[in-house]
Amino acid sequence: MALRRFRADLHIHTCLSPCGELTMSPRAVVDRAREAGLDLIAVTDHNTTENAGAVIEAAAGTGLAVLPGIEMTTAEEVHILGLFDAGANLGPFQEEVYRNLPDLPSKMRFTADQVLVDAADYVTGFCPRCLFGATLLAVQEAVDLIRGHGGLAIACHVDRDSFSIISQLGFIPPGLALEAIEVSSRLTAEEARAAFGPVTPLPVVRFSDAHKPEEIGMAATDFLVEGPVLGEIRLALAGREGRRVIGP
Amino acid sequence: MTLSDLATRLELTVFTPGVPLDRPAQGGYASDLLSDVIGHARKDDVWVTMQVHPNIVAVAVLKELAGIVLVGGRVPAAETLAQAEREKVPVLGTRLGAFELAGRLYTMGVKGS
Repeated sequence: MALRRFRADLHIHTCLSPCGELTMSPRAVVDRAREAGLDLIAVTDHNTTENAGAVIEAAAGTGLAVLPGIEMTTAEEVHILGLFDAGANLGPFQEEVYRNLPDLPSKMRFTADQVLVDAADYVTGFCPRCLFGATLLAVQEAVDLIRGHGGLAIACHVDRDSFSIISQLGFIPPGLALEAIEVSSRLTAEEARAAFGPVTPLPVVRFSDAHKPEEIGMAATDFLVEGPVLGEIRLALAGREGRRVIGP
Repeated sequence: MTLSDLATRLELTVFTPGVPLDRPAQGGYASDLLSDVIGHARKDDVWVTMQVHPNIVAVAVLKELAGIVLVGGRVPAAETLAQAEREKVPVLGTRLGAFELAGRLYTMGVKGS
């Protein structure tokens, strides 16, 4: 099978994230991702993977590939993206995350509804947990947990002043098994390379962190791979077997 | 005022028994964002934080800080302590919160810039 270019936005929230718009339903996410010319997306809500299956199902037959994922908040308030194989059973992983996600008193639940949906955009429930809170997992433990369940770990929006591994921890801890660092859409690809190329050997990717439909694909990264699957993205980030990141 | 004086007067926990506490704290800085500490703390400051990640030791070395006081009863990660002992960075702790500890330090003459 030949290598070809796939355009990927692997950091997208749904209506399950407390800060995600209610309009971020599975069908809307899939429609907008296709309009934006994306080949591959990942569903990455705060501390939860529970809406990913619905988006994967909503995309079936459309030609858009969808990976389940998560944006974990570590104890240091660092955001780490975890991306998984589309067929992965994430139940045990999710249980472990929830077990480490402290509850807040109900009077502090001031965030928006955290809406669970099915592939046809029907509301199936509401997540009662404090998804926006920090887990008790240190960044090393979060990365280990993601990798232990077959996922790959990326440090989120390292150019931002909050929830970034650099804002919180000053620099990327040596020895942390990250596959890449992500920059936000605030930086152009050139700015990202200039700013972070010299400080880390990790590849730099650029994703949208979309919380509204119109933000999907605002930042995306092209991968030269055989197909839009996790194993191929992993090879591309490692620059192995001819696969590579073409550029954010 | 040395870290040893501060430890005695504020009843601080000493997490790094192998590191001397004879270093004077010329001033203080309180922040949980390590990028901010890299930017703004001064040499010989005592640093008040609730972060316990091993990177705090590297930041203290880089900025030549007098020592670190962990607030809110936070306990440093094992790797943090190993690095602190190796790099000779004193790590202390208190059940007090950052605001209260900073206030007490200030009244003892340990001030910010």
